[in-house]
Amino acid sequence: MLLSNLPALQVVIPLVAAPVCLLLRNPRHAWAWSTVVSWLVLAMALLLVQRVTAGGTLSYAIGAWATPWGIEYRVDMAGALMALIIAAIGAIVMPYAWRSIQHELHKTHTGLFYTCYLLCLTGLLGIVVTGDVFNLFVFLEISSLSSYVLISLGSTRRALTAAYQYLVMGTIGATFILIGVGLLYMMTGTLNMMDLSQRLPEVADTRTIRVAFAFVTVGVSIKLALFPLHIWLPNAYTFAPSVVSAFIAATATKVGVYVLLRFFFTVFGIRFSFAAMHVGEILMLLAVAAILIASLVAVFQDNVKRMLAYSSVAQIGYIILGISLASTAGVSAGMLHLFNHALIKGALFLAMGCIFLRLGSVELKDMHGLARQMPWTMAAFVVGGLSLVGIPLTAGFISKWYLVSAVLADGYWPLAVLVLVSSLLALMYIWRVVEAAYFNVPGAEMRKVKEAPAVMLIPTWLLIGANLYFGVNASLIAGLAQRGADVLIGQALP
Amino acid sequence: MTELLGHYNYWIVIVLMMTGFYTVIARPNLIKKIVGLFIFQTSVFILFISMAKVTGGTAPIIEAGISVYSNPLPHVLILTAIVVSLATTALGLALVVRIREAYGTINEDDIHVQDEED
Repeated sequence: MLLSNLPALQVVIPLVAAPVCLLLRNPRHAWAWSTVVSWLVLAMALLLVQRVTAGGTLSYAIGAWATPWGIEYRVDMAGALMALIIAAIGAIVMPYAWRSIQHELHKTHTGLFYTCYLLCLTGLLGIVVTGDVFNLFVFLEISSLSSYVLISLGSTRRALTAAYQYLVMGTIGATFILIGVGLLYMMTGTLNMMDLSQRLPEVADTRTIRVAFAFVTVGVSIKLALFPLHIWLPNAYTFAPSVVSAFIAATATKVGVYVLLRFFFTVFGIRFSFAAMHVGEILMLLAVAAILIASLVAVFQDNVKRMLAYSSVAQIGYIILGISLASTAGVSAGMLHLFNHALIKGALFLAMGCIFLRLGSVELKDMHGLARQMPWTMAAFVVGGLSLVGIPLTAGFISKWYLVSAVLADGYWPLAVLVLVSSLLALMYIWRVVEAAYFNVPGAEMRKVKEAPAVMLIPTWLLIGANLYFGVNASLIAGLAQRGADVLIGQALP
Repeated sequence: MTELLGHYNYWIVIVLMMTGFYTVIARPNLIKKIVGLFIFQTSVFILFISMAKVTGGTAPIIEAGISVYSNPLPHVLILTAIVVSLATTALGLALVVRIREAYGTINEDDIHVQDEED
């Protein structure tokens, strides 16, 4: 009974838990509650992956209203994998959050923080399980509105302007998606994704559908921070509380990529998106620009969080590059990198949170000689950084390997060179941090700095461990990504 | 000509949409930006409501002797979208209040100047 309602429970449990969290008031209780809920959500996500692996796509009619009239929750391999990423990052970040949030937020805000976190989790999970385009818009707004709040809780006043900027751009993006959904509904009379995919080919050759496609693509591109629509991202990641940076960097943009995949492959269909609208070429161009320009900009940043934020823009470029190939190999490389990048950036931002807790700063100039004082944190950063660069035995290597193979299979060898060049750029900016922390002479202030507490180190190292594990033992997650790509491209059996 | 004028509600949508969008981009005043955003979203509501209209249709209530109804679904969708946009506006204005407290101004250019100084 409970198991058959799994797709709905995945969303309903954090949604119901959020107001309870608000009522708890006491920060410690709110934290304990949201940690328990996060781990419960992770257990459900694992169960969901297991059920989808065993039994194929799950379909769930909300309120038992038959599809396509009612809202359908539809979990296929791609959705289940995304749910697992979101839930895993959420569960790992929560134990870490207690000390970090206590340090960075005012006491009166902590209870509210956990409420917003649960709402954000709800929205992100909702996006990946729903099979209804309007429902997707609503969940997108739930996750966005709560992430604006989470970002604005940052310790400096610039967090407020960063959140405001994100709010304005995010709302424009979401409204564009709404316009696209409206135009689709106007032409087909349906909002269900599967139903849309069947009805669209009849009317695909109309201006309305082309305009809908353009609105959706641009709207989602703002959400996933595709270059040059990424302007909101660096400030948002830099000034948000450390936990929020880690959580949002690892999940929110990834979910944006997932929405793009859904629309391109499931709703509009690969033939319309890539053959008729030529979106592949446009995305490839933007991905290349993102990889090169954002990596270059990252090299010149002195604030490490901002450096990592620009690096995220470049990494999103890799993911989009894979998708732009529109081949099974390309899309599965994109999805694999999506998973691995969530692990990498999650870990790196958590390491930054440890440093911020002890130093009160993440500027390079304040980190001179830090490795002597915080060896575990810096070791975590180095391993995560190597994974970001794509050194063998780390997760980052696996996804770059798949990406380069996919690119070469389609004969785009200059792009393969580009991926390698930008990996060198990644090495450069990671090296700057390593140099400051390991080779520069520490100041007198540095002597008093202590290693971060174990409650924060353990989650950080859990993610680093995952990076190493999936770097050595890649077949599991590569298999899931492959199946996800198969489902999206439509080569899998229904 | 009737083609153009017959769809006048869509023209209103486009004018409102561009007005709102322009305000968001061009105005340095943070509150005016939020107002622009709201107008921008409102135009989409009218777009949805316009498409629900069925020529000669009445309100969607089952009644003897009436067979043509307007489509009620877009209205319901927009009811949800209005709630979302209300929440966005409220949150945006709340942020502006906090920004005013922290910076002492709601002018984007002045805020940039202050951020540069930091």
